[in-house]
Amino acid sequence: MLRLEVRPQPSRRWGYASPLLALAITVVIGVILFAVLGKDPVRGLQVFFWEPIKSTYALSELMVKATPLLIIALGLAVCFRSNVWNIGAEGQYLIGAIFAAGVALTADKTTGGWIVPAIIAAGVVGGMVWAGITALLRDRFNANEILVSLMLVYVAVQVLNYLVYGPWKDPGGYNFPQTKTFEAVTQIPRLVPGSRLNIGLLLALAGVAAVWVFLFRTYSGFAQQVGGLAPAAARYAGFSSRKALWIALLTSGGMAGMAGALEVAGPIGQLTPYVPAGYGFAAIIVAFVGRLHPVGIVFSAILMSMFYIGGELAQSRLGLPKSITGVFQGLLLFALLACDTLIAYRLVWKK
Amino acid sequence: MESTALLIAASLNAGTVLAIASLGLLINEKAGIVNLGAEGMMLCAALAGFATVVHTGSTVAGLGAGMLAGALLAALFGVLVIWLNTNQYATGLALSLFGAGFSAFAGTAYVQEKLPEQMRFAVPVLSDIPFVGPALFRHHPMVYVCVALVLGLIWFLWRTRAGLVLRSVGESPESAHALGYPVRRIRLMAVMAGGALCGLAGAYVSTVYTPLWVEGMIAGKGWIALALTTFATWRPARVLLGAYLFGGVTMLQFHLQGMGVNVPSQFLTMMPYVATIVVLVLISRNPTWIRINMPASIGKPFYPGA
Repeated sequence: MLRLEVRPQPSRRWGYASPLLALAITVVIGVILFAVLGKDPVRGLQVFFWEPIKSTYALSELMVKATPLLIIALGLAVCFRSNVWNIGAEGQYLIGAIFAAGVALTADKTTGGWIVPAIIAAGVVGGMVWAGITALLRDRFNANEILVSLMLVYVAVQVLNYLVYGPWKDPGGYNFPQTKTFEAVTQIPRLVPGSRLNIGLLLALAGVAAVWVFLFRTYSGFAQQVGGLAPAAARYAGFSSRKALWIALLTSGGMAGMAGALEVAGPIGQLTPYVPAGYGFAAIIVAFVGRLHPVGIVFSAILMSMFYIGGELAQSRLGLPKSITGVFQGLLLFALLACDTLIAYRLVWKK
Repeated sequence: MESTALLIAASLNAGTVLAIASLGLLINEKAGIVNLGAEGMMLCAALAGFATVVHTGSTVAGLGAGMLAGALLAALFGVLVIWLNTNQYATGLALSLFGAGFSAFAGTAYVQEKLPEQMRFAVPVLSDIPFVGPALFRHHPMVYVCVALVLGLIWFLWRTRAGLVLRSVGESPESAHALGYPVRRIRLMAVMAGGALCGLAGAYVSTVYTPLWVEGMIAGKGWIALALTTFATWRPARVLLGAYLFGGVTMLQFHLQGMGVNVPSQFLTMMPYVATIVVLVLISRNPTWIRINMPASIGKPFYPGA
């Protein structure tokens, strides 16, 4: 019978191989799924893994979608490494977008370029406020952060709906639930003309470096992770678990909020009920598949972005519902968790 | 008077959904497993139930299909968590994300479908009593089944040997293992039973409660059900009470709108979620009280022989 045996030491090799194996498993299931649905599996794979990278334009769109995922997942990596289960990044992203929109809506023809940093800062503050509620309730009242942060997603969606159906509705918008289109000056500066790629990507890459330095080169980053791995050891060392909680939630909330600001003042350009696109949830998968490591997350964010673009293409080219993206996202995380078993255990054949 | 009776009736109906799912999660947690996948299981079960009723016309078959879907997904979760020792939170989350994605994907064909006319139910004689009748005795049988389920679960957990074994697995799997009980198999059975109940609740939503299928229609009920087990400090009777209370909060929004209260509807829609947070805060404020009631090995993996 096949049995699991504990390895004397966790396998480094499987640490790297597990996400790849998980991706392979997801692809195999995907091929089977396409075949069952009567679609050409080769065409299906093309749509997901070739079309998004086949031209410079496609690549730039790939990065446009990868940017928010990358930014949110970086924050979540800090959070999860501290063993704080913030699963409400979607809500923090939304409130960030709302704060940013609040600033963007004040702009008029005379507004200067300072508005862009103000918008991004507002987004960060918004995300921090929303995550701060979870931190406060956890810190002061011991309320479970998983459930509180998730409930706050539903609350954030209603706040958004209230604003776009109510006070912020564009009076000249034919009664559509959306704000007026933001002034051109609020647009997040683009990197190259003709592409939607903007400086959000640079911020994201700076974030990769910053999170790497924080986690692996600073004392408080170290304290943060000890608290996550071995709370008792952290207490003994005198690391404050309350401080770690606040740092974890404010970092991840702030980054999710920044992503929201960059989206709403970038590719979207106004507040609509369609701002929540599930990036906050997808970023959880991105963080895990990227091994909670800033560099790994770059790759997994690009992969997840492929899933999004592939899903949209599958709808237009193959006539499959766009929600196929969600199926693959879920499968990937399942497969990853199963494959991760091989890091701590090896399979042995025993009678 | 009339509208109050209807509000009570609607609250009991809404609470039934939460209670059934939450009782399932309580069984899991009593065996030491936290399944954050409730929302995903309920969504898939809602679709499975709805599709079955569309094709067979039988609500009972639909509810059965929902239970089966829930149990199967729970089994997948259980194998990962119990045998491969994956992290319970991450795996549950994966189940919720997968369930949301899969049900949205597989359900596109059913969005426009309608279900056959619903039967009306009334308990003979009792349903004719003024006020009490419309409030308590004109419900779908599931509402009464749910009450029976609570009583059955209380009896099972605290009055039977099997229930004692289940609780011991959640309190101290090491001791249960030392006594020769197959801890992992018992945990898997508990997880599947919990999944079946979540599935039943999900299918009830799509076939009876709001007979239609829309993407994401569970709208957080799975998560609220998770919060309910803590709120109830793992006591079935309190789960039922809490569920009715939450059902009341959910229904109050329609009631207030009907009364012409001038609050934007979005704030009323928020209420169940805000109420969940408030209740979690109130109940968690006293950590000792939670710790006394909480199954001791909840969320902790168990490796036999390690």
